[in-house]
Amino acid sequence: MKEKLKIFTNGIFKENPVLILLLGCCSVLAISVTVSGALGMGLALTFVLVCSNVVISLLRKIIPDKVRIPCFIVVIATFVTLVQMIVEAFLPDLNNALGVFLPLIVVNCIVLGRAEMFASKHGVVDSFLDGLGMGLGYTFVIVGIAVIRELIGNGTIFDQRIIPEGYQIGIISQTPGGFMMFGFAMALLIYCLNKKGKKFEPRIGCDGKCGSCTANCESRITDLPGQDETVEVK
Amino acid sequence: MMSGAAKLLLITFSMIFTENYVLVQFLGICPFLGVSKKLDSSLGMSGAVIFVMTLASAVTWLVYTFIMVPLGLEYLDTIIFILVIAALVQFVEIVLKKYMRGLYDALGVYLPLITTNCAVLAVTLLNIEENYNFLESVVDGLTAGVGFGLALILFSGVRKALERAKPPKPFEGLPITLIAAALTSMTFMGFVGIADKLFG
Repeated sequence: MKEKLKIFTNGIFKENPVLILLLGCCSVLAISVTVSGALGMGLALTFVLVCSNVVISLLRKIIPDKVRIPCFIVVIATFVTLVQMIVEAFLPDLNNALGVFLPLIVVNCIVLGRAEMFASKHGVVDSFLDGLGMGLGYTFVIVGIAVIRELIGNGTIFDQRIIPEGYQIGIISQTPGGFMMFGFAMALLIYCLNKKGKKFEPRIGCDGKCGSCTANCESRITDLPGQDETVEVK
Repeated sequence: MMSGAAKLLLITFSMIFTENYVLVQFLGICPFLGVSKKLDSSLGMSGAVIFVMTLASAVTWLVYTFIMVPLGLEYLDTIIFILVIAALVQFVEIVLKKYMRGLYDALGVYLPLITTNCAVLAVTLLNIEENYNFLESVVDGLTAGVGFGLALILFSGVRKALERAKPPKPFEGLPITLIAAALTSMTFMGFVGIADKLFG
């Protein structure tokens, strides 16, 4: 039981897909403009991640090793198309907020990365919990950044005005603000980890090898040198 | 209704400057931050992206118009496009390896990484959404790639200067790079509205 809980919380804290593994940054930066959009994106991604993890885990003994990536992509794309249709039909506002980033969940490194790193090697229950944990971890971060960006940039949260009109700093909810807030969030994380005596060197997208975001190239938290040997992450 | 040439110019200008994929629309951030450390790798990656984006725009437009629309399969665009792009990248790699060794040596290592680059899938999906015709789609793909390359090359210069800077300890590495990216994207905000005034 404890093991299972660990798999679940792993995605939320220790291996948070956005802040620690640095996967799927495009959608985090682009969608974290409004809280409602961020929440919708987070839930859509969680749904796709859980479903694709379960199906890939069920099929892991059938899928031939050589063509596994295309197989994963087809499974993922199926669920993304499902979500796309549901959102288009029932939530037109959310559809407008997410735009092209909804179909782009297909190439979101988190989903493909978890399929390759976890679901293709573990059982169904574990993969389900991993997908749920990773999805919620992503949702927490994107909603957290969106709360700050919507509050400062637009003066509202869930379209409820909090800061009076005319006092908001518009650039925070525009493109530069996205990069900046993500940079500050990362710096805060590194500061907190350094205080605790941990070392964290974020490496984004496997040095650009986003397409092959498979095992062995994600960044990890390690202990500071001297306390333990530092794992140089490549 | 604007004329064909004016529309092509508008697409070109907005894709490179006002609607730049990386710095305005947040597409393709991973390669942007990952590869921009050195100028020559930025150049190689930009070349590969321009090449694949142009080809993918052309091929997916043809597939969509002549296969998917007659069969009523428009709702499968995400699945079919990603498979077409994956197959195309593989095909291009094989052809280049066999017949154009020079180009392969320059772009080869970056090609397999492009399949899941979100900018490539985005350009093909947006072409369909905008109802572009064939020529407009190809120009859109080409100029989106050029815009990506421009951002990447500009930013590799910024990063070179950044290496000599000494930020506060927690900001070292990726955080200060992200903040530099924020400042770079701020410069591109200066282009907002120009396109409509020029060609509108």
